[in-house]
Amino acid sequence: MTQLYELTIEQAQQKLRSGEISAVELTESVLNRIGTVEDRVQAFISVQADAALDAARAADARRAAGDDSPLLGIPIAVKDAILTKGTPTTCGSKILENFVPPYDATVTAKLRAAGAIIIGKTNTDEFTMGSSTEFSAFHPTHNPWDLTRVPGGSSGGSAAAIAAREALGALGTDTGGSIRQPASFCGIVGLKPTYGRASRYGLIAHGSSLDQPGPMANSVMDAAILLKTIAGHDSHDSTSLNVPVPDYPAELRRSSGFEGLRIGVPRDYFSAGLNPAVEKAIRDALTVAETNGAQLHEISLPHTDAGIPAYYLISTAEASSNLSRYDGVRFGLRVPADSMWETYFETRAAGFGAEVKRRIMLGTYALSAGYYDAYYLKAQKVRTLIRRDFEAAFEQVDVIFAPTTPNVAFKLGQKVDDPLQMYLSDIFTVMANLAGIPGISLPAGFSDELPVGLQILGPALGESVILRAAYAFEQATDWHTRQPEIG
Amino acid sequence: MSKLSKAEVENIAQLARLKLMPEETALFQEQLSAILDYAEAVRQLDTTDIPPTTSAIPLVNVMRPDEQHTGLSTAEALANAPDTTDNSFRVKPILP
Repeated sequence: MTQLYELTIEQAQQKLRSGEISAVELTESVLNRIGTVEDRVQAFISVQADAALDAARAADARRAAGDDSPLLGIPIAVKDAILTKGTPTTCGSKILENFVPPYDATVTAKLRAAGAIIIGKTNTDEFTMGSSTEFSAFHPTHNPWDLTRVPGGSSGGSAAAIAAREALGALGTDTGGSIRQPASFCGIVGLKPTYGRASRYGLIAHGSSLDQPGPMANSVMDAAILLKTIAGHDSHDSTSLNVPVPDYPAELRRSSGFEGLRIGVPRDYFSAGLNPAVEKAIRDALTVAETNGAQLHEISLPHTDAGIPAYYLISTAEASSNLSRYDGVRFGLRVPADSMWETYFETRAAGFGAEVKRRIMLGTYALSAGYYDAYYLKAQKVRTLIRRDFEAAFEQVDVIFAPTTPNVAFKLGQKVDDPLQMYLSDIFTVMANLAGIPGISLPAGFSDELPVGLQILGPALGESVILRAAYAFEQATDWHTRQPEIG
Repeated sequence: MSKLSKAEVENIAQLARLKLMPEETALFQEQLSAILDYAEAVRQLDTTDIPPTTSAIPLVNVMRPDEQHTGLSTAEALANAPDTTDNSFRVKPILP
């Protein structure tokens, strides 16, 4: 029998509306599930059980009074890089270990307004810098499909929580793949919106020209429901787009599947270094799409090889500037020293972990006198070339199908001492952040019992078309119905 | 490119306000050099007449009405501070 914690958001909405279940019953079921598996998965930095139950009782009272908000009574996990008023938010760092935000991020406020119950804050690589969640200052998270492997990162806590059914949906953030890569490794759905589609207000900043919050869930419909909730213009974020938000779930319910859809297949992504099992899963996905009415077109994205270096120059430069705020003055850790000057050096030495220091160093170098033109400005020009690659591609096709990652989840500890190898696991995801376009990862098969993710990219503000393609694929396959046995 | 020198790494750390242990300096010499080597792929590309992208979705002159709003109270703004006095953040003297 299906347990309540196994429900999709869509199913739970129906049962809550019909009165078959209460928000308290659903929340208790999820909290019990966390109690059963969390010691092995370790997806959360903190779980707010009491606050969640209070919110569940309030949700039941609201429903009794006639409220039918879209997420009323649905337990959702929030990445600990997103501010939650009154609830500690660490971003996986010792420097923010005791930080309690005085305000909500806009996406948090939108979740609450829609009636969602925030069940806990999920683990992340420190300041979202990593691809495995091993750079969390607190503990690693384990992949529910194989506890000896990483869940991906940096939203590895959110991805593992969804895969282990410790929440019905989650929010993540994606600067270079941090929603899609862990979604791929954990066999769930994760969507990075167009830059500016959702507000960055209250996200702990990493690379400000790249960061976006987005939904993570167990079905494409659930991702659409969450996206509709968090998207939209926000006067607190000057880069948020003032464009109407489509009713994504309603669009999916009346969508026409793959019929007539033009799918681009980037030959540059099917090269050496791609795991043959991953390639086979993506080729099989293309066959499914073609069989169901899509047209396949080979395309070229000629600047693919420049993506990783351009991304790591731009993101670290922006991060080195953003993280200058951690100075031990207004919030966060302070290590007392004899002078203010020494306080800065001691606080930052003690508060930041190795990967964050490495990226601050790299970014500071890329911005420093004599190197700015050669590295940062050059990378921004290459970013233009990458954007133009995609603009040209989307003149020929509606969406692009690609692997999310070149390989399946790797072993804990395997790449932690080799930063460049860690960076290369983002090779297919950073492109969407550099170009500002939306991308979704969804389950598309398995290699040795480990999930393989299909990535679908669309043009700017093309969330509707990537959701349509993802929904069509999900309806034609049953990969999304498989659940891990947590050993 | 050649390996970053110890002095270069120490200078970057100074700019970044990071105190490094000697073993961190040595490790960053190796690791940052390897990453910058990899970045050579970008530097080899011809970008003549290519404008830089500062934001993926270009926006021009985002304006909003200049209206008063209630912000955080002083107590809320100071609640996370390591040290406070007289409704202010307290720090060591900046000048010796």
